[in-house]
Amino acid sequence: MKYLKSDSEKCIGCGTCMNVCSRLYFKEENPERSAIRVFTQEGSRKIVVCNQKCRLCVQECPVQALTVAKTGVVVLNKNLCVGCLACVAVCPIGAMQYFPGEKSPFKCVACGACAKECPADALEIVAQEE
Amino acid sequence: MIERKNLEDMKAKHRTLKEYSFAKKPLHRGYNNRTLYVNVGTLEIKEKPVSEEMKEKFIGGKGFGLRLLWDGVTERTRWNDPENEINIAVGPVGGNTNYPGSGKSLVVSLSPLTDIPIDSNVGGHFGPYLKFSGFDALELQGKADRDVIVYIDGNAGNVKVFEAPDEETNSHLLAHQLHEMFAENDNERQHISVVSAGKGAENTLLGCLNFSLWDKRRNGPRLKQAGRGGIGTVFRDKRIKAVVVKFSGLNSLLNDPADLKVIQERGLKLHKEIVSLDSQQCRMRTCGTAHLVEIMNDYDLLPVMNFQYGQHPEAEKLNSHVWEKFFSQNVPDGCWYGCTMACAHAVDGFLLKTGPYKGKRVVVDGPEYETVGGCGSNPAIFNPEAVLEINFYCDTYGIDTISFGTLTAFVMECFERGILNKERTGGLEMTWGNWEATLEMMHQMARGEGFGKIAGLGIKKMEEYFTRHFGADEGFLKDIGVQGKGLEQSEYMSKESLAQQGGYYLTNKGPQHDEAWLIFMDMVNNMIPTFEKKAEALHYFPMFRTWFGLQGLCKLPWNDIEPADNAKHPEPNKVPEHVQNYLDIYEAVTGKKLDKEGMILQSERVYNFQRIFNLRMGHGKRNDDYPPYRAMGPVTKEEYESRQERYDGQLKEKLGVDPTGKSVEEKIKILREYRLKQYDGLIDAVYLRRGWSPEGVPTVEHLRKLGMDLPELVETVKKHLK
Repeated sequence: MKYLKSDSEKCIGCGTCMNVCSRLYFKEENPERSAIRVFTQEGSRKIVVCNQKCRLCVQECPVQALTVAKTGVVVLNKNLCVGCLACVAVCPIGAMQYFPGEKSPFKCVACGACAKECPADALEIVAQEE
Repeated sequence: MIERKNLEDMKAKHRTLKEYSFAKKPLHRGYNNRTLYVNVGTLEIKEKPVSEEMKEKFIGGKGFGLRLLWDGVTERTRWNDPENEINIAVGPVGGNTNYPGSGKSLVVSLSPLTDIPIDSNVGGHFGPYLKFSGFDALELQGKADRDVIVYIDGNAGNVKVFEAPDEETNSHLLAHQLHEMFAENDNERQHISVVSAGKGAENTLLGCLNFSLWDKRRNGPRLKQAGRGGIGTVFRDKRIKAVVVKFSGLNSLLNDPADLKVIQERGLKLHKEIVSLDSQQCRMRTCGTAHLVEIMNDYDLLPVMNFQYGQHPEAEKLNSHVWEKFFSQNVPDGCWYGCTMACAHAVDGFLLKTGPYKGKRVVVDGPEYETVGGCGSNPAIFNPEAVLEINFYCDTYGIDTISFGTLTAFVMECFERGILNKERTGGLEMTWGNWEATLEMMHQMARGEGFGKIAGLGIKKMEEYFTRHFGADEGFLKDIGVQGKGLEQSEYMSKESLAQQGGYYLTNKGPQHDEAWLIFMDMVNNMIPTFEKKAEALHYFPMFRTWFGLQGLCKLPWNDIEPADNAKHPEPNKVPEHVQNYLDIYEAVTGKKLDKEGMILQSERVYNFQRIFNLRMGHGKRNDDYPPYRAMGPVTKEEYESRQERYDGQLKEKLGVDPTGKSVEEKIKILREYRLKQYDGLIDAVYLRRGWSPEGVPTVEHLRKLGMDLPELVETVKKHLK
């Protein structure tokens, strides 16, 4: 299984990852369209991104638009998705995202684009035995 | 699995009788502004425009269904006349994929049990797929001379009526065949929905309709029931084997909502409430409405032995933890997309022990609370596997589990009291708890044979039959036959709750809990002690609940989940935050503002229309609004004695009568007179609050106030107001 491993201790809060992610998938730099979210909470840095492990969203999806790919990454098939956002509700860490007014939610697919550009080496793609 | 070849053979026998093409048009703010009319007798198929007035006064869902039905029939039309219709509609808010409980279809028809309009709501995918195919309602009229299937292809813009001689009639098989037959690939099976009935619907007056949805994980169809009032019987009387719709391309924008963001935000908020609070509240996600069984038993409200008692020591065999183990867990069991309440549970791989499918393993949809009460505790069948078997056969045969359960309890009491015996039942030993005899009676219903054929007429007609043929005491049968207007009562004990008696019997269609469920408010929380308070509750809740049926919404996510801080708000029993959600999503779909008063006004319009429809059909006055005494108080000595302390106390405290030295019979008589008087007082208060005359007729002035002084309505009420 591969996933995006994050280290909030190293994170400097520059927001590069969010810009990279939203630019790659939505053609604009907009943290609200990013599958990774970085923010500061009570003085400490938080990184929210799918760890590909719990798969509650996969279990909840009524149309099986969310599945686990061979790589172990949870992926959304937008052609099947009916936009109910149940996956957003069940995600225990808030890593399933949606942009208000748009049909389908989105999530991290562990592509690694953000990790490549992170100036603080706070992100890396890790492969792990299931 | 279904053999491809078998499907091909069936298809080869299809003969197209009529085909019709329609132009595809996008929806506008929740409406298509047209309905589809199909006459299976004359084979006329046409589109009907929806006027602004129709939307304003009838809104959608059951409002549309009733309006179309009114125009399709006359005061002389009976359920089995070709003019009778089966109308299926969703409503403007329905079909959205974001707010839990947004996929209900409302079905109306003239009922074979009551001879007045019946409305029944049902999940499954049919209604929303019909809507997104291009129609706000489907109006089925006429009578075919052979078995036909109506097929609506929502993507191609095509309607077809064809002869279908070889497909199965019973729903679990038929639905599977048709999902497979019309899907061009595996994914498309989820884009199809089938409406069907079964052999039981053909041979009884208790027929229900099954609305299917394709369950991807189980790789088979699931069936949800439009149970009440015998609509499945009308369906088979029209020789309709199935109505099938196919629609691909569902998404959250199809309603053309004015503001999708609001719908998403409110939907997500409710999803999160459900996900985080359901396990501490109603446990709908694990055991559905069956969570109610032990609560009802604890509060002495679970129907036992034909509503004689409200509790039983063996009831724990039917409690929710038993069902939780039977139901497959962690499956998204919503009956429409986006319902995280997901109460539509199923038992997988259930091995049948009786009937034509004996030895087969099947999926059983349910049981819900009503089925457990009706087919379990009420006939004293404290055997969960038997309840599952009855549930399965009711569904596939197209028989309403509520009517079946209540009438089985009635039959058993008649048997136990000697009104029936083995000679009269053709050998069926209908003693309390005899599930094998119960199932045999149901198989007879499906075959149209023996005592099952008599029982399949429903309680009201059985009362007449037993009196005429077996010399039974008519008055006693009327006391213990728990039906109103011809419809069997659903499964709550109303005996000690005056408000719930009104909730059941001051209804339009007959005693069904969907209008007002006031037992807790009345009995447990004592929130409505006076006639006026009860009358207010019997105005507000039926109207509020009617609104769901105008929109295509399910009531359960309204109050089977509550916000964590609900109790802090004024009138927590109305769940104010959720009411606000409904107002918000209505506006977000339709673009029209609505407030709480406007919501009740929408309902009142349709509610009064339905009441006047009853009048038009020769019913619906004060005389029709009384419960059988079993639903109001103790009929027999045993019942009195089972609650002697309560009843003696009432005689003393409320009537000032000293029970000492009086026989039970005397005490029953005194209590009965008192309770009937109380009920009369309730009727007066409720009618007044609803704007009706003392005879239960909506006044012209009230219709004017509601903006419902349509000429045909004024003319009808005037006949009865004289």
